[in-house]
Amino acid sequence: MLNVFLARWQFGITTVYHFLFVPLTIGLIILIAVMESMYVASGNDVYKRMTKFWGKLFLINFAVGVVTGIMQEFQFGMNWSSYSRFVGDVFGPPLAIEALAAFFLESTFVAVWLFGWDKLSPKVHVLAAWLVAFGVSLSAVWILAANAFMQEPVGYVLQHGRAEMNNFWALISNYQLWVEFPHVWFGALSTGAFFVTGVSAWYLVRKRDLEVFTRSFQIGVMFALVASVLTVVLGHEQAQHLMVAQPMKMAASEALWNTSAYHAPWSIFAVIDEARQVNPVDIKIPYVLSILAYNHPYGSVPGIHQIQALYQSRYGPGNYIPLVWVIYWSFRVMVLAGTLMILLALYGVILTLKNRISRHTTYLKWMVFAIALPYIGHTTGWIMTEMGRQPWVVMGLLKTNLGVSPTVTSAMVWTTLLGFSLIYLVMGLVDVYMFVHFIRKGPDLGEDPSEMDAKLTPALS
Amino acid sequence: MTLNVVWFVLIATLFTGFFVLEGFDFGVGMLTPWLGHTDEQRRLLMNTIGPFWDANEVWLITAGGAMFAAFPNWYATLFSGFYMALFILLLALIVRGVAFEFRSKLAAPRWRKSWDWLLFASSLLPPLLWGVAVANFMKGVPIDGKMEFVGTFWDLLSPYTVLGGLSLVLLSVSHGALYLSLRTDGTLQETAREAARRMGVLTSLVLLLFVVLSYYNTDMFSKTGVDPGAIPVLAGMSLLAVPFFIHWKRDGWAFFMTTLTIVFSSITVFLDLFPRVMISSLNPNWSLTIYNAASGPYSLRVMTIVTLSVLPFVLAYQSWTYWVFRSRLRIGGHLDY
Repeated sequence: MLNVFLARWQFGITTVYHFLFVPLTIGLIILIAVMESMYVASGNDVYKRMTKFWGKLFLINFAVGVVTGIMQEFQFGMNWSSYSRFVGDVFGPPLAIEALAAFFLESTFVAVWLFGWDKLSPKVHVLAAWLVAFGVSLSAVWILAANAFMQEPVGYVLQHGRAEMNNFWALISNYQLWVEFPHVWFGALSTGAFFVTGVSAWYLVRKRDLEVFTRSFQIGVMFALVASVLTVVLGHEQAQHLMVAQPMKMAASEALWNTSAYHAPWSIFAVIDEARQVNPVDIKIPYVLSILAYNHPYGSVPGIHQIQALYQSRYGPGNYIPLVWVIYWSFRVMVLAGTLMILLALYGVILTLKNRISRHTTYLKWMVFAIALPYIGHTTGWIMTEMGRQPWVVMGLLKTNLGVSPTVTSAMVWTTLLGFSLIYLVMGLVDVYMFVHFIRKGPDLGEDPSEMDAKLTPALS
Repeated sequence: MTLNVVWFVLIATLFTGFFVLEGFDFGVGMLTPWLGHTDEQRRLLMNTIGPFWDANEVWLITAGGAMFAAFPNWYATLFSGFYMALFILLLALIVRGVAFEFRSKLAAPRWRKSWDWLLFASSLLPPLLWGVAVANFMKGVPIDGKMEFVGTFWDLLSPYTVLGGLSLVLLSVSHGALYLSLRTDGTLQETAREAARRMGVLTSLVLLLFVVLSYYNTDMFSKTGVDPGAIPVLAGMSLLAVPFFIHWKRDGWAFFMTTLTIVFSSITVFLDLFPRVMISSLNPNWSLTIYNAASGPYSLRVMTIVTLSVLPFVLAYQSWTYWVFRSRLRIGGHLDY
């Protein structure tokens, strides 16, 4: 069991870490492509400076995202070989297609974009940015197709002791995928938008490079509003689908031990006694859970005990209840982050339209910290999604503890767990240091590494 | 059934592409601190592979993904069996990926020098580990009746397999030096050519020794006999042709020759394996083959259709980037890394 425990921690750490970089990659490249398109259309040099400044930050972030992504593909075989044998037939193809169709595209055109400023016409150059944006989004579709199979297995048949694909179309038209992908994609867009907005706010407070950062802020805050509203709306779609596909996850996210009344209230704060399976304190808002689950103020939501009994009759004896407090609180933190994002972006858009941004220094300072909100949102979102599916690794098909590699010892998992955590920690610190370094320097310094003034560079030694 | 063969060929192609393409950028990574004496020279050397190395690495990622999709048991046995080796490989690839991006972004000499040596080490380890892995593929590893690898990390290391690692490292260095002779000019080009000439001799000797030992350590001898056939002979001949082309200063031809060496060597390995993908040293019947390790026919058919429709585009735009970034880099010019 120690192996399962360590392998799960490793998966959790490396995946959450990887997903700190992925959404910014997706979101930022879309905004960069928009800025560069404006440059190509208008010929205005300010847009070119914007493109180059955000591009530099994008590349630092992209590098870490790529290298932590390699680990993702390899660790299924390393730590989860039994899982890989069981589902490889149906889970492997989306991963292979992701590499073939998306990784080649994004890695090639990121390089074309970075190295091609002097070699390509502006139109071909901006096309490279859009191809990267397309590539990273396509990558998300395929990896989420694989994840959607874990949430809601479709398009397979059980034979020869494993899941074999028998309907590729079912796999890619999985309803779960098409509620999951838009939610994740707009979440990623909002990450990029809040990043651009927050960093621009930092400059606006200091009244530096106003030309570049007023425009960046305007573009950023518009995208932030649209993306965060759609993230929440599409998240609501996903919650409704949970009622059909994974009611246990829904019940756990509410700490709803017993089936609710016809008009289900939504718990806003609960003290959860996991051992006795009760909530000593539970503050509720009427009707809201019914709306969340069914989009109507009526309809009762099944409770944990009832679903547990159902699953025992369906899958045999066992405990089918995930760790309730984690699911309950990660859901609430995610919802809170999303709500704050909408409110902050809305306020920013109103100020922008009234042309009053520069006077609201307090708001601008808040927006610097608001960069963290999307990160909090998608981290808690993934924790809820993945831990809420437990004890299953593939819902209803394979339990997590049966998925690990039988010949890998816990000492080996310890070694890689510590090794990866350590290198990720160092890399994260260097990454943040470089971000801060380049943000402090501003758009026009440090354009070319050879032009950099050594005195400006605090030695990291 | 033929689709199993198709997928074996496709995965062999992806690995061959990886050895050829990432081979020269590993070589450049290893050569940079030795051939570049000033900071600008080092930056120039790194920039020759700047637009390519990441996409070259995707050949490996795609090979891994294709293995997972087409031969899940091969993927599972290999990745869980060669666990610690893959751990080191991943650490190297992680360090290498950020090294390019981070190195020249700050000006402090100690920062840059550290990254130069990290780049060296992280360009050396992957070909070393893959060389060791390939030698183990041919030699066979302890795999039990349930397709599980039952050895340890140390079982993968023997004089023969380490020599395999060394061969791939040296081959990559020679290949990389010749690549540099195509992308630089002046003194750097002369230095790169000279490095290629010297490393070429060493590579030939080590590779020859590896081939001789292969007769003792693998079933190549019992499978094919004394005459290994046309393909390995072509691999050897193309390698031996390299010094002549260097002497005539035909760098393009010399680079083409090391490319052929890698391609033919890789084909030799996969032909030797076929139809097995992982040889069991415990019992020949426990070996993984393209049949018992494969996905079902439906998956293979889907993957074949998808791959055959996407791969031509990939090859087209990758070739296009090699055309766009074909010019030699010169000292004093603009460098992005």
